[in-house]
Amino acid sequence: MKNYFKDGIKGFRHFVEDGETEEVTRRLMDKIKENRFNAYITVCEDAIERAREIDKNEGDGRLLGMPIAVKDNLSTRGVETTCASKILRGYVPPYDAAVVERLKEEGAIIVGKTNMDEFAMGTTTETSFFGPTRNPWDEDRVPGGSSGGSAAAVASGECIASLGTDTGGSVRCPASFCGISGIKPTYGLVSRYGLIAYSNSLECVGTMGSSIEDASLLLDVISGKDSRDSTSIDPALYRLPSEKFGKIGVLTQFFDGVEEDVLKHVWNAIHKLEDLGIEYEEIDLPNLRYALSSYYIIAMSEASSNLARYDGVRYGLRGKDLDWDTTFSRIRAEGFGKEVKRRILMGTFSLSAGYYGKYYLKALKVRNLIIKDFERAFRKRKLDAIVSPTMPYKPFKLGEKIEDPISMYLSDIYTVPVNLTGLPSVSIPCGFSEGLPIGIQLIGRAFDEETIINIAKIYEENTDHQKKVSGLL
Amino acid sequence: MNDIMIGLEVHVQLNKLKSKLFCGCSTDYQDEEPNTHTCPVCLGLPGALPVINKRAVECGIKVALALNCEVLEQTLFYRKNYFYPDLPKGFQISQYDFPLAVNGKMSVETDRGEKIIRINRVHMEEDPARMIHEGGIEYSRHSLIDYNRSGMALLEIVTEPDLKSPKEARRFLDKLRSILEYLDVFDGDLEGAMRVDSNISLAGGDRAEVKNISSHKGVEKALSYEATRQKNLLRRNIKITQETRHYDEERGITISMRTKEGEEDYRYFPEPDLPPMSVKSWTERLKDEIPELPDAKIRRFVEEYGVKENHARSLTSDIEIADYFEIVCKSSICTIPHQKVVRMAREIDPNMAASWIVDVLKGELNYRGMKIGRSPLTEDKTIKILKDLSSGKITEKNAVEIIREILDKGGDPEEIMRRRGFGRLDRSETEILVKKVIEGNPKVVEDYHKKKKRALNFLVGRVMALSKGKSDPKDVNELLEKYL
Repeated sequence: MKNYFKDGIKGFRHFVEDGETEEVTRRLMDKIKENRFNAYITVCEDAIERAREIDKNEGDGRLLGMPIAVKDNLSTRGVETTCASKILRGYVPPYDAAVVERLKEEGAIIVGKTNMDEFAMGTTTETSFFGPTRNPWDEDRVPGGSSGGSAAAVASGECIASLGTDTGGSVRCPASFCGISGIKPTYGLVSRYGLIAYSNSLECVGTMGSSIEDASLLLDVISGKDSRDSTSIDPALYRLPSEKFGKIGVLTQFFDGVEEDVLKHVWNAIHKLEDLGIEYEEIDLPNLRYALSSYYIIAMSEASSNLARYDGVRYGLRGKDLDWDTTFSRIRAEGFGKEVKRRILMGTFSLSAGYYGKYYLKALKVRNLIIKDFERAFRKRKLDAIVSPTMPYKPFKLGEKIEDPISMYLSDIYTVPVNLTGLPSVSIPCGFSEGLPIGIQLIGRAFDEETIINIAKIYEENTDHQKKVSGLL
Repeated sequence: MNDIMIGLEVHVQLNKLKSKLFCGCSTDYQDEEPNTHTCPVCLGLPGALPVINKRAVECGIKVALALNCEVLEQTLFYRKNYFYPDLPKGFQISQYDFPLAVNGKMSVETDRGEKIIRINRVHMEEDPARMIHEGGIEYSRHSLIDYNRSGMALLEIVTEPDLKSPKEARRFLDKLRSILEYLDVFDGDLEGAMRVDSNISLAGGDRAEVKNISSHKGVEKALSYEATRQKNLLRRNIKITQETRHYDEERGITISMRTKEGEEDYRYFPEPDLPPMSVKSWTERLKDEIPELPDAKIRRFVEEYGVKENHARSLTSDIEIADYFEIVCKSSICTIPHQKVVRMAREIDPNMAASWIVDVLKGELNYRGMKIGRSPLTEDKTIKILKDLSSGKITEKNAVEIIREILDKGGDPEEIMRRRGFGRLDRSETEILVKKVIEGNPKVVEDYHKKKKRALNFLVGRVMALSKGKSDPKDVNELLEKYL
């Protein structure tokens, strides 16, 4: 029973069916508590109790007994939720996020809250107040971010599958860096109710698993319209008739800046798909070069407003009470980390009178151009998916990029356009180099998760990258 | 005389709605424990999302239509960002570009006749929480915050600077309030239901904004003070600069809060959690929900009841009074039996009813700070009093006395009349008066016995005068004949 997690949900289901949920969960919890990769911020102590109830034949659901990890920016009733920030220490939400409700309804056991970049602002999970999460393939390297804890937990068997959130690649980047599968759904497919906002118009709750199948089962559980989120949508109303063209587009832009071995494995994967009957052609989306600037302006502007509520008055960090201006300024100075402050300041600036038109409005215009670029590519070239490396690099060394924010922001080049357009996208492992995983990204049409998941499945069935387990485990 | 220009921004709480603007919390929090009508949304807890209350938007559209505004094709919410302890999210969800409605107008009765005040825009926003400073803001050692009010639906109605005097501003507010109450979206009696920011400038000077005044009288006073202050500055050739001022109600003066340089930059941007709403198509349906408004009611009262225009204006300024008047008039319409054609007759002259309600009742209610709907003087009691008055059973003075007693202590008009000796004397009381008159007028009695017809009339008149008209003329005639 060494690799009880190796076969993902399907494998774990045997334990549940055999009435061994409690025993396995106990072992899994012990492993979480070893805290080898610092994947968790909070451990849910009642998980074993829940497992015992399930062994007593209580409950049902598609995720019955599955130990699921949840990123710490998703509200969990009665469980501290910090967004990896000092400012939210001690905040215990009185309600569950919509996605957490759905997991529970399907019988899942929430085992803990995973580490992340503070308020999801980062690409490495290094900006967490609780220290960085380590990559299960190489402890000296980052797991990617911002959902680094959720990815590392899956890759290290500290859970079976997990929820992350994706604002500019925060599910796909760590999925790629940790050698697992991650799905960023179409904006509106999954309710954001209870997701602690960083950038409302960009972010989605996404899923992670050791296979695309697991990630897509989780997605199935959490998707659907929710009246508490006005931007959530009934996908049936928007889904296009499923047309398959047997062709993908390869986004060869910026390939100059991609690490050689990453590029090699991505091309290998594309050729593998070709062997499996999926043609490809190279494409170029003219406005993509403005994607990063547009993305960061929108994300930081929204963040500056979203994070205004953390003033210490109602919850979280509280200092000595002085007059209002002093009190809330001190709490924010003490409670927010450097990267969060940087983004709040830049966002505040870009929304200011006189700059709004130059920055925010312009960013929205660019966003519309990029949306049109993708629409045109899908329609005119009759593509099922658009493919790119998920990340242009292999996992960085801890501390390698943290002092160079611009270089760090640039690594999001392939992931952010997806959030600007709201399109769905998956990242799956496509090879290893120097013992480190490499991920490939498949971008689909709006609300057509099915097509990209199917391509990913075909690829997975004909390769064995996702079956690989880190030698450290 | 300098030309005064006044523009108002009126914040109206849609306090007749059942739930708040973006969550399901109840709005019925008056006199409730603080912080009991809250949820993650109106507390601004992390992760909570706003969902628009459609009914609130409908109310907003109804107000916009009543103010003759154009409803925009699409409306959009924005975030207004600023830090304040009463603002749990650090921003207020409000509107900016694409408000609910624009370009309206409302007529106001001024000293120089009717005048049109243009409405710039009508938009929606959420109310912040309420801050309480025990012992006053200067002395309190801490602020208490009650989030029960947080997230209440507010309507902001912005006028063009068309008002020319503080008095016109007050008239505008009075009329606006009456329209809102007609639409049944607003109860002006609840605390903080209407808050006004007023901009005032004199020709040749920048404008000053006097913020957050909660009474119409306060607005008039603050503006009068401000007009005088600005006039004095201009006379002394001191430049008036753009600034925000606070009205000190106790001292009746305005105090500078901040100048233009200190104005906040609210960093408005579209609220990403609320998609744009297409509301124009709702207007047709909502038009049907708009009741007869004050101007139309004035015209109808004049035509249908034949009351004077000033009476009609006064009756209609308050929907409750207008309805009260109609009930008093209509309930006394009766059908006359044994007639093929049903004929209607009024027992109470509408003009009399109007004049009693406007000239007497409204004054008595105002004096007591009472609303007619909540007073013990129900319509049937007024009907009874006015009937007795018109049949001569009681005097006008009696009627006023009865109204006052009912307003103060409650009770039934009939019982009060009896107890306080209003109305007719009984036969034995009249008998005493008759004897007195016969004794005191021997000469006339002699004339009577000489069959002089006028003599009896004279004696009847004397008795009636002595009884102040309260003797029954039939009793008087019978008794006189008996004793003569």
